[in-house]
Amino acid sequence: MVESKQKWKAWLYLAPAIALLLVFTVWPIINTVRMAFLEGYRGLEAANGQTFQIGVENFVKVVKYKRFLSCLKNTVLLCVLTVPISSFLALLVAVFLNSIKWLQKPLQTVFFLPYVTNSIAIGMVFAAMFNIVGSFYGTENEIVVTAGIINNIIEFFGGKAINWINYGSSYIANITVMVIYIVWNALPFKILILLGGLQSINKQYYEAAKVDGTSRTRIFTRITVPLLSPMLAYVVITGFIGGFKEYTSIIGIFGESMGPADDAGRLNTMVGFIYDAIESNNQGRASAAALILFVIILAVTLINLQVSKKSVHY
Amino acid sequence: MKVELRNITKVFPGRSKKQNEEVVAVDNCSITIPDGKLIGLLGPSGCGKSTTLYMICGLQKPTKGQIFFGEDDVTELAPENRGVGLVFQNYALYPHLTVKQNILFPLQNLKGEDRPSKEEMLKRAYETAKLVQISELMDRKPSELSGGQQQRVAIARALVKMPRVLLLDEPLSNLDARLRLQTREEIRRIQRETKITTVFVTHDQDEAMSISDYIVVMKQGVVQQIGKPQEVYDDPDNLFVAKFLGTPPINVFSGHIKDNTVFIGGEGVLRTKSAPDGEVYIGVRPEGFILNDSGALGCELSRIEVMGRDMSIISKNDASVNETIRSIINSDIKADPGAKTVRFDIKPHKLFLFDKESEKRIRFEVE
Repeated sequence: MVESKQKWKAWLYLAPAIALLLVFTVWPIINTVRMAFLEGYRGLEAANGQTFQIGVENFVKVVKYKRFLSCLKNTVLLCVLTVPISSFLALLVAVFLNSIKWLQKPLQTVFFLPYVTNSIAIGMVFAAMFNIVGSFYGTENEIVVTAGIINNIIEFFGGKAINWINYGSSYIANITVMVIYIVWNALPFKILILLGGLQSINKQYYEAAKVDGTSRTRIFTRITVPLLSPMLAYVVITGFIGGFKEYTSIIGIFGESMGPADDAGRLNTMVGFIYDAIESNNQGRASAAALILFVIILAVTLINLQVSKKSVHY
Repeated sequence: MKVELRNITKVFPGRSKKQNEEVVAVDNCSITIPDGKLIGLLGPSGCGKSTTLYMICGLQKPTKGQIFFGEDDVTELAPENRGVGLVFQNYALYPHLTVKQNILFPLQNLKGEDRPSKEEMLKRAYETAKLVQISELMDRKPSELSGGQQQRVAIARALVKMPRVLLLDEPLSNLDARLRLQTREEIRRIQRETKITTVFVTHDQDEAMSISDYIVVMKQGVVQQIGKPQEVYDDPDNLFVAKFLGTPPINVFSGHIKDNTVFIGGEGVLRTKSAPDGEVYIGVRPEGFILNDSGALGCELSRIEVMGRDMSIISKNDASVNETIRSIINSDIKADPGAKTVRFDIKPHKLFLFDKESEKRIRFEVE
């Protein structure tokens, strides 16, 4: 009697959270699956009472879509490049910060700035750094107002200015800019997690290592990294999940065209593909693409977990 | 290896500008540790015993003073060049390495000519494991071991590189009572077999007394007394040492000396040949009382506890500093539990006099 009353109370306390979760998380998931398997589903037509057949046509269309493979390639490429680089850099920075106590406070603000700044705003700043104002290619009278600060630096050291993101730029240059931007943007969170992990490692391990005459590199590879491995695994797994959802960074650098002016959509990603489908009132296709992305992320995460089970200690 | 501390002082700076008071952790401390002996650094928490150990180890540098290993001045030497093995209070075994890898770790750090071959390393690891009796645990992770087993692994890791000095920081404090007794015997055995000069830190006087060749009693960074455990117990230099050693603890009375007679309250308990008149503290070991109906000291009887071969008589006296007086007497002697008062004579060699101001020992001869 008392117990059922308590249960009723417990559910009451949970109700607000459950209601929000049901409306904004559970129902959209179910609805996505539903829309994905209704052939040619479109929101407006559905609102007018049109019915759709159940089938896998949406998936077939998504896979056959001309931009789909390039979106998938961009997404995977960015993930594979940025996650290892940013994780490794974050590890170095965290170890460095952890070893010099007095620098931690002032530098905390600096390295945490990217985390609290809007990524579109950062993207615009990065775009400005790589942007060439004026005409660079294609005209007889080349009038370059500025080649961007990065090119200025390259030229200062005697290099040749590179067309990073403008009309006629190469895919490799585009991806390089994206990798630099995404890595820089991903660092603060990773540094924070790893720094927290480092500070929770018992100092006595280091004292013991010191008494035993362990070299610095050996301390790093044999003590710090293994003891930090749970945090490293966390950083890598969340990095991959975030990487597969890459979208705003491309908007930040290239704007809505998702590519240089002569090849719009060249750098589009999976999430961008989904948004495009929604914008063209094709929710069926968007849902199918979302499910494909979900399966990919699930698979990668499962592989990650499997690998980390073997390499993460204790 | 003989270890010598010469006038060692360690000052820790204040934490911040607001708290800029310096903390003198160890104050002008000189200790000589003979070769191949087991030394217990003993004192209450915060007395500087661990700091002293870390300075011998090299993890902390003394503010003043010198440390010698044999004839070598090691004061400026980094820990890895001193040839010390350190066992931490919570063992600090690397959790991701197996027992074998943990023991091998210090050997794998060696470089150049010092570095033994792989077979030699394994041989030494297994020999050390055998010495501390963990041969069958070599492939386990530390988390799969009991506290006592972890302790042995930590000792093995410290011993495998054949250190000149073995240092143990509160080695038994994380073990349960029974294991503690076993392990301290074990440490004693290992030390005897290896003949490595060993220093260990403890706040447990029982532990220090039972296995040390010498004990060093410390208080607030100052060495109070150094000596063989029994000698320090029988002949304490001051009230602190007398109170710190012995279970049950010494009974302390407030009293005075007049005309060569020691008075507790109004009762003269002992005649001396020569002792200056004045206020004193009188310490009497629990085993220093003799039950005697016409004894010199009368106390109000609280209760009698019989524990096998001994019995404890708990009594009260107005002059006692402690709330109760505990005396231990052979249980063959009959005492009346119903009596209101109990009278004692006091064994002169179990009675110590201390100056009331300085709390230093006043030595005297019995008449």
